[in-house]
Amino acid sequence: MEHHASLFVKSVFTENLALAFFLGMCTYLALSKNVKTAFSLGLAVIVIQGITVPANNLIYQHLLKPGGWLPSMIGSDIDLTFLGLISYIGVIAAMVQILEMTLDRFFPPLYNALGIFLPLITVNCAILGGTLFMVERNYTFGESFTYGIGSGVGWALAIVALAGVREKLKYHDVPAGLRGLGITFITVGLIAMAFMSFSGIKL
Amino acid sequence: MAKSKAHDAFFSPIFKDNPIAVQVLGICSALAVTVKFEPTVVMCLAVIAVVALSNASIALIRTQIPSSIRIIVQMTVIASLVIIVDQFIQAFAFSVSQQLSVFVGLIITNCIVMGRAEGFAMQNNVKLSFLDGLGNGIGYSLILLIVVTVRELFGSGKLFGMQVMEIASIDAAGVATGWYPRNGLMLLPPSAFFIIGLTIWALRIWKPEEA
Repeated sequence: MEHHASLFVKSVFTENLALAFFLGMCTYLALSKNVKTAFSLGLAVIVIQGITVPANNLIYQHLLKPGGWLPSMIGSDIDLTFLGLISYIGVIAAMVQILEMTLDRFFPPLYNALGIFLPLITVNCAILGGTLFMVERNYTFGESFTYGIGSGVGWALAIVALAGVREKLKYHDVPAGLRGLGITFITVGLIAMAFMSFSGIKL
Repeated sequence: MAKSKAHDAFFSPIFKDNPIAVQVLGICSALAVTVKFEPTVVMCLAVIAVVALSNASIALIRTQIPSSIRIIVQMTVIASLVIIVDQFIQAFAFSVSQQLSVFVGLIITNCIVMGRAEGFAMQNNVKLSFLDGLGNGIGYSLILLIVVTVRELFGSGKLFGMQVMEIASIDAAGVATGWYPRNGLMLLPPSAFFIIGLTIWALRIWKPEEA
């Protein structure tokens, strides 16, 4: 349990997907103009990340890795990990689609709140990045669940923080050439610096 | 006319329509690799190859793709190309592939690749799409090379992978060597954000009409 708590804190703060690994930057910069949108998007990322990372973990452990269920059923020790990328992205696209249909059918208010953001998440690098880090670090199924939720929460936290700053920034006099994208980058840099002070914290 | 169109497709994304600075695409997987020169160059080549080839192959089959499933088809083409590039780098430059870790795989979700496939290759012929992909890849590499030059020079005193400023340190015998105290911030993620922010500022002062 302690191990999981430590992994959770690590994935939320010290190894924040958006601020330490630059993942999901396109959506991060494009949709952080107000806190409400940022919050819905963050929520969607947490949900998808919590589903796809463990799902891809199962695929990696049982279908692709040498010694898994599928390779040993074929009866040889073939290494299918080169098929990883294409299967993970397939799983992510399928999961997003399934989640969209389920929400539409059973939770219409939530579906309306997340609406357009769900399809966008398929091409959010934070989602694929989470899966690839899980594979690289060889997490177990339990760990991958904790990591998925944790990294999603970290990303959501980062986008809500940026949206908060940008809402206030509207009232400030920024030099003409720096307006818009330029100042946003510098703001993200400062937030990233603040997050770096979490590094080294262990539970 | 045909010539100038090809010219446009290739050159406009390098400066006028730069994917990173103007279109804000593909920042995701790029910034983390810009600490050292060598991995950055490999990453740039990988992205150029993937964008150019995916654009060309999607343009080739653009009339056959039913529009309702085009995203999945594009995704599959891109993912297959990235797998090839990834295997190639692992085979011929293993140590670099270790340093790039997950970022080669993340070219799949790099918005430049998807954006160009969807926005350009679906409407244009193979040759133009290939040139457009090449131009976008090079435009992306240009920004990456600016960022890596600044970060490497001030962070570890190197230029293009060669030591040009000797790092100040005290060796085992207690003798002080070198003169340049390294700037550790340059090696950390936040510096990349600052450099890109300032590069965009510079670009917009230089060419205000594109802002």
